[in-house]
Amino acid sequence: MVSKDVVKLVEEKALALRHHIVDMIGLSKVGHLGGSSSCADIVAALYFYKMKNDPKNPKLPERDRFLLSKGHAALVQYAALAEAGYFPKEELKKVKELGAMLQGHPDMTKTPGIEANTGSLGQGLSIANGIALGLRLDQKDSKVYVIIGDGELAEGQIWEAAMASSNFKVDNLVAIVDRNRLQATGAIADRFNTNPITPKFEAFGWNVIEIDGHDVEEIIAALDKADEVKGKPTVIVAETVKGKYISFAENNAAFHNGAMTPEQYETAKKDLESLKV
Amino acid sequence: MSTKSQRVAYGETLVELGKENNNIVVLEADLGKSTMSCLFQNEFPERYFEMGIAEQNMTSTAAGLALAGKVPFINSFAVFTSGRAYDQIRQTISIAKLNVKICGSSSGLSDFGDGSTHQAVEDAAIMRAIPNMTVLVPVDAVETRKMVRAAAQYDGPVYLRINRNDLPIITDEDSLFEIGSIYTKREGKDVVIFANGVMVSKALEAAQELEKKGISAKVINVSTLKPLNESIIKEAVKGYKAVVTAEEHSVIGGLGSAIAEALRGETNFPIEFVGIKDVFGTSAHNYDELLEYYGLTAKAIEEAALKLVGNQGGNKL
Repeated sequence: MVSKDVVKLVEEKALALRHHIVDMIGLSKVGHLGGSSSCADIVAALYFYKMKNDPKNPKLPERDRFLLSKGHAALVQYAALAEAGYFPKEELKKVKELGAMLQGHPDMTKTPGIEANTGSLGQGLSIANGIALGLRLDQKDSKVYVIIGDGELAEGQIWEAAMASSNFKVDNLVAIVDRNRLQATGAIADRFNTNPITPKFEAFGWNVIEIDGHDVEEIIAALDKADEVKGKPTVIVAETVKGKYISFAENNAAFHNGAMTPEQYETAKKDLESLKV
Repeated sequence: MSTKSQRVAYGETLVELGKENNNIVVLEADLGKSTMSCLFQNEFPERYFEMGIAEQNMTSTAAGLALAGKVPFINSFAVFTSGRAYDQIRQTISIAKLNVKICGSSSGLSDFGDGSTHQAVEDAAIMRAIPNMTVLVPVDAVETRKMVRAAAQYDGPVYLRINRNDLPIITDEDSLFEIGSIYTKREGKDVVIFANGVMVSKALEAAQELEKKGISAKVINVSTLKPLNESIIKEAVKGYKAVVTAEEHSVIGGLGSAIAEALRGETNFPIEFVGIKDVFGTSAHNYDELLEYYGLTAKAIEEAALKLVGNQGGNKL
């Protein structure tokens, strides 16, 4: 069990990330509010509890790697990188503008702390496998974390990669499914059903841990438990809510990628303010 | 003239590189006995990844290995490395200019028996259209060796278009290969024939026949399809009357297109393409029969040149 202070720190960071996400979209931009908010607690736990990383030295050889396979949720990673100090928070205001360091999807050539260009869905787990295999060849003990969307599980390459992870016994990799149950146009179960998730990964030879993806204690416990599993890959299936803590966006596919009215922006900020401990 | 297959030279060079550099890793999609990546597997099993019949995953995994500091070579038939895994090559590898080497083996019509599904007639066009990509088309086994080494040394994505069959050796061990250079194989005065791959030896044959008809043809091996320096191409045609291009590839998007792009804006300057005329491949009993069927012959190159300069028309540039 980690201390209450650690949990509180991660919760505070997660709240800060959500504020950044709302502010990045603001009143003039369209952005992936829903899917960025659904994994904010997980991303906060990775950057501010779990991962070895050095914002002043983004290429630190011993660092753990983080990939956002669901690259459209880039806002949450930008928020985490800025909050950690990889670049000034002022950059967040310029997200997705011409010439900006922060692109619509993660771009390692422009943004410190981004490990790979992702966003064409279905590819992040394969990339993570490659990094993990490379680290293993060099006998490095860094870990690779990759967040995948549950809608993204429709991509066939995910399952090619899932087979590869277990075929090569990649145990220095942890996949996390941000299971918010919505894709761009609505409920996954009503459209192209990627459920059930856990039995699929088990059948593919994975160790599966199911958690509440908004319970920071559970997230931390799962990340720590994954370290103990040897000889097979681990996936954390995190039950989440799209748009979590933003009342009008929760479970609302319209905010997969949307703009906010001034009233919605005020509501979002108030919703988040009310979470202050 | 001795012959050797490019794919054997490719596999042998991978082994040499593997001995010199621990970071060389090889990924295969169950065609190792055709691509000859199996030679590397025999020597370095711990750095060889059999990725199964899953080219997309292989390609993105290679991207990850490159991100971890490795120099991955991925292998399959050209039609699959360029086609099946196009998006993976584009999105992660090419945008970030990752150091992945892509072997498009059994390219063109060289897998003659397997028919249209396995014959890559448009792979070079696909790869050439991707920003940051380098596209190399070896003329023979000797150039293949140099090319594989050059690809390993270069930091960035490279597509290698490797032929399956025994082809004439027309370069020598001592000659230089540099990415981005073109190589004159025969001097001439009237017409320039730009060719690559198997078509270079056919262009040299055509040049001999043209000589008998009073037409002097310069033959240039364009083994780097991309990057292709416009000024080098313009310089190469200065003082000539016409250009013929010859490639074992569709006339759309390959060498002919690249040369035409380089020479755009030059007025009253005739160009003719010898290539596959926007159709798919088909099965045949042997390679030569198939090349003949698609008009990829010395005779076709000769006729293209005669059509342009046979009447000694046209203006010199």
